[in-house]
This record gives sequence, C-alpha cells and structure tokens, in this order.
Amino acid sequence: MSDHGHHPETLSDVERRARALEELLIEKGIVSAEFIDQVVDAYAQDIGPMNGAKVVARAWVDPEYKQRLLADGTAAIAELGIGGPEGDHIVAVENTPDVHNVVVCTLCSCYPWPVLGLPPNWYKSPPYRSRMVREPRAVLAEMGCEVPDEVEIRVWDSSAEVRYLVLPARPPGTDGASEDELAGTVTRDAMIGVAR
Amino acid sequence: MSELVRPEVRRMTGEAELPRQNGELVFDAPWQGRVLGMALALVEQRGLEWDDFRERLIAAIDADPTRPYYESWTAALTDLVIHLGVAGAGEVDSRAAHVEA
Repeated sequence: MSDHGHHPETLSDVERRARALEELLIEKGIVSAEFIDQVVDAYAQDIGPMNGAKVVARAWVDPEYKQRLLADGTAAIAELGIGGPEGDHIVAVENTPDVHNVVVCTLCSCYPWPVLGLPPNWYKSPPYRSRMVREPRAVLAEMGCEVPDEVEIRVWDSSAEVRYLVLPARPPGTDGASEDELAGTVTRDAMIGVAR
Repeated sequence: MSELVRPEVRRMTGEAELPRQNGELVFDAPWQGRVLGMALALVEQRGLEWDDFRERLIAAIDADPTRPYYESWTAALTDLVIHLGVAGAGEVDSRAAHVEA
C-alpha cells in the first residue's frame, strides 16, 4: 500500500523495542494503556502545547506577524525559536467569523509536535480520523464544539509534508490583555480546531 | 498542573535532564512520549521512587553517551522491566523482533 506521503510503515529498532515494552507491560497487567495515556496526557497538557499558544498570542497582538504566519508557518514559528523534525512544514489556517478550521490525519497521526507537544489519544483513534472528514459538524458537536450552521467548516488532512495549526479567533473582551495573558487562554484543542 | 506530573521528573538535571526548548519538553517522535509515559506509569503503579528509574537512565547514558536521549530512556526502561521480573531480556528482544508496523 502506498503511504501517500504519511509516515512510512517501517519502524526503527528503538520504536520496535518501545512497542514491545508497551505490549508486555499491558499484557502482564502491570500498567494499563489508559494509565499510560493519562500520564502522557498530563505531560502534554502541562508542557506540550505552550509553544503553539505563544505563536497564536503573537499573531493576535502583531498583525504583521500574523501575515507572516499565514504566508509561511514554518518560517514564522522559527522566528520564535520553535522548530524541529516534525515542525518542518507548518501551515497555519485562520478561523474567521465565516470559517472554522479543524485538523485531522486520516491515515495515521501526523501532528505538529514542536508547537502542540504530544498528540492526544483521540487524535489517533480511527473514529476521529474517519468521521471528521465525513461529518465534521456532528463530530465537533459530540466533542462539545458547536459550530453555527452558517459557519463553514474546513477539514485539513495533515501529512508528513504539511502539518496544520489552527489560528483561533482572539476572544472578545481581551483588548487590554498582555501577550503572555493571551497565550494562557489558548488551548491545545483550539489549535487542533476541536474547540472554539 | 496534574498530580501525575512529578516535580522530581521536571527537576532532573545534568545528563538525565529532559530535552527542552524554551523551557518546554520536546519530543521528536510519538514513541518517545510513549516511553516517557511507560516509565512514569511503571514507577507510579509499582510504588517505586523516581530514583529507581533515574539511576538506570544515568547508567544507560553513561554506557553509551552518544546514543540519542530517548533511546537511553528505552534502555533504562528495559532494564527496569527485567529487574522487576515483568519480562526476561529474551522475551523483550523476541517481542521487539515481531512487532507489526
């Protein structure tokens, strides 16, 4: 099967060992997959997405930076000292009053690591990957994100070539907020597009 | 902050220090996050001290200082899994050889 530019289906030796350890720990009842997920999630929520939040907050306070971000995401995040192997091809897509963007990876779990940290477990789940393309409005509603009927939903399929980052709309009533305060309001889910 | 995030993990210094960029953790690939999660989950669920893992991590780094950081985590985790009797070295090796992509 062609990999369509997504991650190749070959594993390095260390990936194989990591997978073997996880299988053995779970099979022998030492730790559950759910508990590993919880730990990974806790670290992801705590420290993962803050780079992305800084990018978003800078775009909110600096219109010229926002234009650069939308024109060349990789170069714009590099301005803030952010980058890395999985952040080479970042494309930022902007939410507007008429358009809501949401990101998925239909074939695997391509994800902009340097800006968003660890992907949440549901991002890799087959139901999310398949249904988000077919019925995004319904899936978003199930995840607690109601998008009004008059707002168009655009679904972006990440790959190894392009990793999307949603630029959410700046919350109303934040005119006096500092860039740091604004960054504190940006959530990982908003940058994937499953929250508004 | 979640109580699952251990201060002693955040505070590790020297060669065992977690790779960071602008103060935040960086992972180059998903398996690195899973290895971190497994080590923390194992220590947590077995009621071990973080040092039980950290000392193995330092030993793994010292054994091969040029090895990428999270590969040393994987070696340290393998060592702890064997030490606890969860699996034998041969079992881990043979399972790794048969993991499906």
